[in-house]
Amino acid sequence: MAEGKKTPTPAVTANPWRRLRAYTDARIGLGRAGVSLPTSELLAFQLAHAQARDAVHLALDMTTLCEQLERISGRAPLRLHSRAVDRVTYLQRPDLGRCLDEDSRSRLHMPEASAASPVDLAVVVADGLSSFAVQNNTGPFLEAFLSQLDASGETWSLAPITVVEQARVAVGDEIGDLLNARAVLVLVGERPGLSSPDSLGLYLTWAPAPGRTDAERNCISNIRPAGLDVREASRRALYLLQEARRLKISGVSLKDRSETPVLECVTGPGNFLTG
Amino acid sequence: MGKAYRYTLGQRVYRFEGLADLMARATPARSGDRLAGVMARSAEERVVAQMALAEVPLKSFLNEALIPYEADEITRLILDDHQLSAFDPIAHLTVGDFRNWLLSDDATPEMLTALRPGLTPEMVAAVSKLMRNQDLILVAKKCRVETAFRSSIGQPGRLSTRLQPNHPTDDVTGIAASILDGLLYGNGDAVIGINPATDNVSQSVRLLNLVDDVIREYAIPTQSCVLTHVTNTLEAMEQGAPVDLVFQSIGGTEATNRSFGVDLAVLREARDAALSLKRGTLGDNVMYFETGQGSALSADAHHGLDQQTCEARAYAVARKFEPLLVNTVVGFIGPEYLFDGKEIIRAGLEDHFCGKLLGLPMGCDICYTNHAEADQNDMDNLLTLLGVAGCNFIMGIPGSDDIMLNYQTTSFHDALYVRQVLGLKPAPEFERWLVDMQIIQSETGRLMAYVPERFATALKRLPSSGTGVGHG
Repeated sequence: MAEGKKTPTPAVTANPWRRLRAYTDARIGLGRAGVSLPTSELLAFQLAHAQARDAVHLALDMTTLCEQLERISGRAPLRLHSRAVDRVTYLQRPDLGRCLDEDSRSRLHMPEASAASPVDLAVVVADGLSSFAVQNNTGPFLEAFLSQLDASGETWSLAPITVVEQARVAVGDEIGDLLNARAVLVLVGERPGLSSPDSLGLYLTWAPAPGRTDAERNCISNIRPAGLDVREASRRALYLLQEARRLKISGVSLKDRSETPVLECVTGPGNFLTG
Repeated sequence: MGKAYRYTLGQRVYRFEGLADLMARATPARSGDRLAGVMARSAEERVVAQMALAEVPLKSFLNEALIPYEADEITRLILDDHQLSAFDPIAHLTVGDFRNWLLSDDATPEMLTALRPGLTPEMVAAVSKLMRNQDLILVAKKCRVETAFRSSIGQPGRLSTRLQPNHPTDDVTGIAASILDGLLYGNGDAVIGINPATDNVSQSVRLLNLVDDVIREYAIPTQSCVLTHVTNTLEAMEQGAPVDLVFQSIGGTEATNRSFGVDLAVLREARDAALSLKRGTLGDNVMYFETGQGSALSADAHHGLDQQTCEARAYAVARKFEPLLVNTVVGFIGPEYLFDGKEIIRAGLEDHFCGKLLGLPMGCDICYTNHAEADQNDMDNLLTLLGVAGCNFIMGIPGSDDIMLNYQTTSFHDALYVRQVLGLKPAPEFERWLVDMQIIQSETGRLMAYVPERFATALKRLPSSGTGVGHG
């Protein structure tokens, strides 16, 4: 937040308790012009909303992303599209965003991905609700993840990376099934918050097939520079993947014990209102 | 399925497969009904359905259950509790006549109050589908619904707010900071209500104690609520936690409620437990319900009904338990159900009207998500319209930004805006408290320019530089 950039005009009543923002990201102590937001706060909000809107509506730059993923993985990704033809359809028809269009399906039926050779893992990149998240955070995450996978000393055969436009998480079920993958890892742009337009989510599903429910997936959320960093996210993803392969399950019955335990949530002086 | 309805327009005969189908096709357009496949197939079909619906006698709703009596406990609740004697003054009317009557001077606030036990949610939903936004506002304004716990909510000329101090990790300092901000902006007279980030019993108890401590320390005429599952609140009460209000999300079909993990029996049990605590000083309305169009479809529990009719049926559940507050969370669910500002505004006015006509203390979470085609201007419009319509309460949150739930709702400033332009005041007990605490001036009701003494003292407890962890 832009704090104290300008000297307050006499029409604005400042709030001395603004210093409590050291303890919360909530927009407290904004001050007021009459009873309304001061101009600077109004515009700060509008900017945050504009960035969140752009994250939803600006299309993914597929060329740049695919070049980056090819550099990282050493293999050109497969470009796919869901049955939602455009963003307006995507937003209103969650069912269409969960399925591949005919053209994409036929491309995955190629001999390269035939049933003869099962693979351990398919990585699916889906634009979801934030192209920012995917554009900015997928490359760094996969770089960290693939190197940790390498360093694990285990054998993991990988399907070619797929990048899907106008896609929701469940599209990974169909792709994993067509690629004959034992597990699928879907990287997806999450619903953007006002202060977090670039949040990437990660969903792991063991034995992907159409019809899997959300209860059968494990999720790692809020992967972004100001949230969960890519090295920690990929450490957790690798842990979940190893556990899923060992137990042959994913979802609610596969607990993520890799998380740092959350301690008593008091970062500051506590309830200062009652002393 | 009941009998088919037919309507002839020129050469063309339109056919509707029963009352549920007719209601759905008559509903103003929204994305959730399109997703469910129950929306009118053309603009003309929608108006024809409205014309056919206008001719349906209100009595039909007592004979043709939209969801079978045997299959759904909400249908049983609606029909078993219906009072023919209260229905009698309008028993001869069609849906179209009913709209005319509601708008007429015959429908006084007293008449509308007496009518409530004679109305079913389906009658109310049906008439709302024929009404323009101004009709929904005019009739809702005539409905008076007052409730009380430690403050009185819903008196004419008053607009209350829920102070919503959510924090992504339930951090105590962060929550206390947002509570202070809200109180100093004159918010919080409906409830201080936290959505916990971690949804379990021990966390709820911690948060209940936090808010209760603040309410007692400053003798605030308001009530607390932690918006956790009803079974968690029941357990918290067993542990002796200071529970003022029991919260629960509810829907309009038995299957929707099952997807929320509740039924009428557990709501009754929780209400009885809260009543036995006798913590209310002015009244014993101990329930806080949240609803919202689309929840039934989202749970695949809509039985082919349109989402607005499902929503109205949720109000039958709410009124059974005499709540202090009912909040329709209108734009939270996303564009799959309400696509844009126009659909959100319409839904907010419908829900407020239907709830009020059925006798509920309706408030509205005037809100949107970032993937909906909506912005602050749309919220300003709905806020102003609901203020005119006599809405009991709205949300109040720092700078409209819920940093835990990641959506935008009305701010503390927004509440002051609508109070100022419409000459509305907070709940009377809370207004007196604001004056006593020197938060507002007694003559003008305007905010003071300085920090009131009690709160300045509290702020002195903080490290002087306020350096802490640099979020700012």
